[in-house]
Amino acid sequence: MSDYAVEFDNVTKQFGDNVLFEQFNFNIRKNEVVSIIGPSGSGKSTLLRILMTLEGIDAGMVRVQGESLWHMQKGGAWLPADERHLRKCRGHMGMVFQHFNLFPHMTVLRNITEAPIHVLGQSKEEARANGLELLRTVGLADKADAYPSQLSGGQKQRVGIARALAMRPSILLLDEITSALDPELVDEVLEVIRKLAAEDAYTMILVTHEMYFAREISDRVCFFDAGAIVEEGPPEQIFNQPKHERTRAFLNSFLNI
Amino acid sequence: MPLNEIFSVLAEGALVTIQLVAMALPLATAMAFISGLLRLSEHRALRWLAAIYVEFFRGTSALIQLYWIYFVLPFFGISIDAITAGVVALGLNIGAYGSEVVRGGLLSVDRGQTEAAIALNFSPRQRLWRIIMPQALVGMMPPFGNLAIELVKATSLVSLITIADLTYRAKSLADMTLQVEEIFGLVLVFYFVMAQVLTLAIRALEKHLGKGMDRGGLA
Repeated sequence: MSDYAVEFDNVTKQFGDNVLFEQFNFNIRKNEVVSIIGPSGSGKSTLLRILMTLEGIDAGMVRVQGESLWHMQKGGAWLPADERHLRKCRGHMGMVFQHFNLFPHMTVLRNITEAPIHVLGQSKEEARANGLELLRTVGLADKADAYPSQLSGGQKQRVGIARALAMRPSILLLDEITSALDPELVDEVLEVIRKLAAEDAYTMILVTHEMYFAREISDRVCFFDAGAIVEEGPPEQIFNQPKHERTRAFLNSFLNI
Repeated sequence: MPLNEIFSVLAEGALVTIQLVAMALPLATAMAFISGLLRLSEHRALRWLAAIYVEFFRGTSALIQLYWIYFVLPFFGISIDAITAGVVALGLNIGAYGSEVVRGGLLSVDRGQTEAAIALNFSPRQRLWRIIMPQALVGMMPPFGNLAIELVKATSLVSLITIADLTYRAKSLADMTLQVEEIFGLVLVFYFVMAQVLTLAIRALEKHLGKGMDRGGLA
């Protein structure tokens, strides 16, 4: 069994003629908290989207909890993964989106219980009890019967986190989850993530522009540029003594706002 | 002829019109959803099949479609009664327009909804029916309302294949009594009331389906 929760082996990803990743290698250990920073268009979000099976790959192999994601073995041959295989792999992961993507036609509680009931086969009572517990964890127990349209951005994102957690993933993919929030609402969301990271029960991959938060929470910070990891290491190293000029330039652009 | 007698003759015709609508509307709805979904299918053959249906029934006259089904098909050994012919012609015709409403409605739902549904590991079928369709339906309602009214009015075509609907009765009553003002005035009212009832019903449905959803608007 692999020590890694996530492995990218020589992955190539293109959008048309535009090559984003070429022979890309990247591993994440179980229960590691990794922040990915970098300019837009550097492939940060695409990395998460490949893992969540929202984007395919053109070459190489991606493994999730030791299992090949985009390929399946059948009679000794590797075939492209079918929907069934993908569904098996997706079960390891939960994703929180920049724009929340809550289901607007469902109440908050139903947003959280719908997948556990219809995908995991939980009973309605069980899913409801878990859902309410999760809402309590994210501080929204009183919003169970509200619709997403009645919530603030920060509240919506906390529901988004609860919804992902309800599927009991071992890997959490957080895609710029505070980028669409008003500054005063960022903290309430980060506080939830802080607690989750402290539990040490999840492998977490954060794509973020919150440098102070990345520094505080991460085991490892990776600076991405143009589809490659320019520099990676413990947060102290990346933020205090970046080795690469590009990392320094990027971090400076943040500090000089 | 006194007005109350004219009214009761026309009311009988209106009943036939309502029956036609009641039968053609489910057929049109079914055709709209089936062909609208097929147009978004992964399989090219199915997409084509649906496109041919839609383009044929939108692109030719509803009256000629009705004549074909009622007068021409018997030459090929397919004889159906006038009511069925009317229901089939109207249902297929309006269904073809509805197909585009369904397709457009599904495409208008934000891509992020599908992505969230994939991330929560819903099956493709669950994504469609639990996440995408309920949201798409809300936006489909206003154009569906238009089509339902079109259907009510298009039923008057069946008077030309001997069905004694509202228009047919009005025409024959007018020929007989020459009281054209009263008769055709009342007919307008009948059609208008039927259309209004449908409009209100569809509005109510739109409101119900859109519960909780924060939709766009001007204010």
